[in-house]
Amino acid sequence: MDINVKSDDLSEMENAFNDSIQAGKVIEPKDWMPEKYRKQLLRMMSQHAHSEVVGMLPEGNWITRAPSLARKAILIAKVQDEAGHGLYIYSAAETLGMDRSEMIDQLLAGKAKYSSIFNYPTLTWADIGAIGWLVDGAAIVNQTVLAKCSYGPYSRAMLRICREENFHNKQGYQILAYLMRGTLEQKEMAQDAMNRWWWPSLMMFGPSDKESPNSADLLKWKVKLFTNDDLRQRFIDRTVEQAQAIGLKVPDDKLKWNEETRHYDFGEINWDEFFQVINGNGPCNKLRLKQRNDAHSNGQWVRDAAKAYAEKKKVN
Amino acid sequence: MMTDLNKALIEYCLRIADNSLIHAQRISEWTGHGPILEEDIAMSNMALDLIGQSRGFYTYAAQLEGNGKTEDIYAFHRGEREFRNKLMVELPDNKDFGFTMMKLFLNGCFDYLMFRDLMKSTDETISGLAAKSIKEVTYHVRHSGEWVVRLGDGTAESHQRIQNSLNELWSFTNELFEQDSIDELLISNGIAFDKESVRNEWTKMVTEIFAKATLSIPENTTYFASGGLKGVHSEHFGFLLAEMQYLPRMYPDAVW
Repeated sequence: MDINVKSDDLSEMENAFNDSIQAGKVIEPKDWMPEKYRKQLLRMMSQHAHSEVVGMLPEGNWITRAPSLARKAILIAKVQDEAGHGLYIYSAAETLGMDRSEMIDQLLAGKAKYSSIFNYPTLTWADIGAIGWLVDGAAIVNQTVLAKCSYGPYSRAMLRICREENFHNKQGYQILAYLMRGTLEQKEMAQDAMNRWWWPSLMMFGPSDKESPNSADLLKWKVKLFTNDDLRQRFIDRTVEQAQAIGLKVPDDKLKWNEETRHYDFGEINWDEFFQVINGNGPCNKLRLKQRNDAHSNGQWVRDAAKAYAEKKKVN
Repeated sequence: MMTDLNKALIEYCLRIADNSLIHAQRISEWTGHGPILEEDIAMSNMALDLIGQSRGFYTYAAQLEGNGKTEDIYAFHRGEREFRNKLMVELPDNKDFGFTMMKLFLNGCFDYLMFRDLMKSTDETISGLAAKSIKEVTYHVRHSGEWVVRLGDGTAESHQRIQNSLNELWSFTNELFEQDSIDELLISNGIAFDKESVRNEWTKMVTEIFAKATLSIPENTTYFASGGLKGVHSEHFGFLLAEMQYLPRMYPDAVW
């Protein structure tokens, strides 16, 4: 459906639904909603939940090697938060009529998408800083807006999650700030992470809306409130100065403050890379799917036992 | 000049701290790989509790020792022979959830009794740390104990697997109660507790759960591991430390 469909093509209910959204109504699970609205939201929310869960893997990769006890505790708590976010968003998505187990089956079968940023590897400790600062920073820009979206359960989930993401963002920035005032090797480690994570972070907002197939509907329904390009710009504007404050160089020769627009101009994003990764050809796509599948199959006997035990107790 | 009593107290703190840290290190390997999201979260929680306990006891040891010692120096700049954790907690879990739960349960029951008695310590820092820790360990015992029952009385496969874990780990339970002259000195000063005095209670705690779980304690255990108190560990331990310590060892001047 595109935004130019004439309203007399729509059913009366859909018209009323669209009007109520325009008037600022928040949609709740028991309210009537067009099937396409439900499907789009379910797609977005399940992808979001999957991203939280898959996102645990690259960061979890450094828990056993965190360089101090404080950092280890912070990192475990952070990755644990992501599990909590996953749980919370799966529950919110279930209000749209699909079980968590079904959503997870789609993920494990490789049929569902998740944020493609997690298909990049975490190679050094500095990558943990870069993920917290850049990846969670980009997520916050997205989620702060989603907290005002038209679907009640999603919007409430985002409000709660954003608070924790702010802590994640700060801990990531702090890791890099420490590295940047440390030894030469630490500084190089931090800059290297910046070089590898900057562009994929910009890709997190998705392709330009002209090429984003779902944007028009989502904007109309106030599931999205701003375009991908708007949000990307917002992220760049707030992040460049943070980088400069700790002496990190943004790896973009075309990056320049534009007095006229009051925004940073920036270079061309490599969308070929983005589509490659999204279509399964990133450095870690296969690994992430294998890790999720391994965890699931290794845990099968545990879930079976819990179910069998619960049934025995019911009978007795 | 440091008194013998203070030296003993430092060693005592390091034993507790090492045990919690190494246990946490193993449990934290699960984060992101649990059998279900809820358990992923629970295991991360328990790892965090144990790290918190280790930091408390390391910090107290550092304060007693002086010389600029910190929790991180103890954790990252000591070698295999200097760690005082029990062998049970360093064993690799190999992503066997039942093995992890059994370990948590067997060690947790002991820690519960330990912290309960240490709450009465004449050393106020020790009794304070024990009072904080016992709340956490109570939950660990309950949570892991419930899983031992569920797995033991679940399916035929889960019963066999958790029984195998018990058989393997039983060899490591005697070490929980080992003590030496350091314990004795501290016991005589009212600071530590007598491990032997809680053995029967521990046996009762685990036996009750095993009965519910339809598990049996192996009768023909011929080998009981020992060595943690003297820093004599399993072959697995060096790898655990190599992984945990590599960054601070590789960049000794760095601050993180």
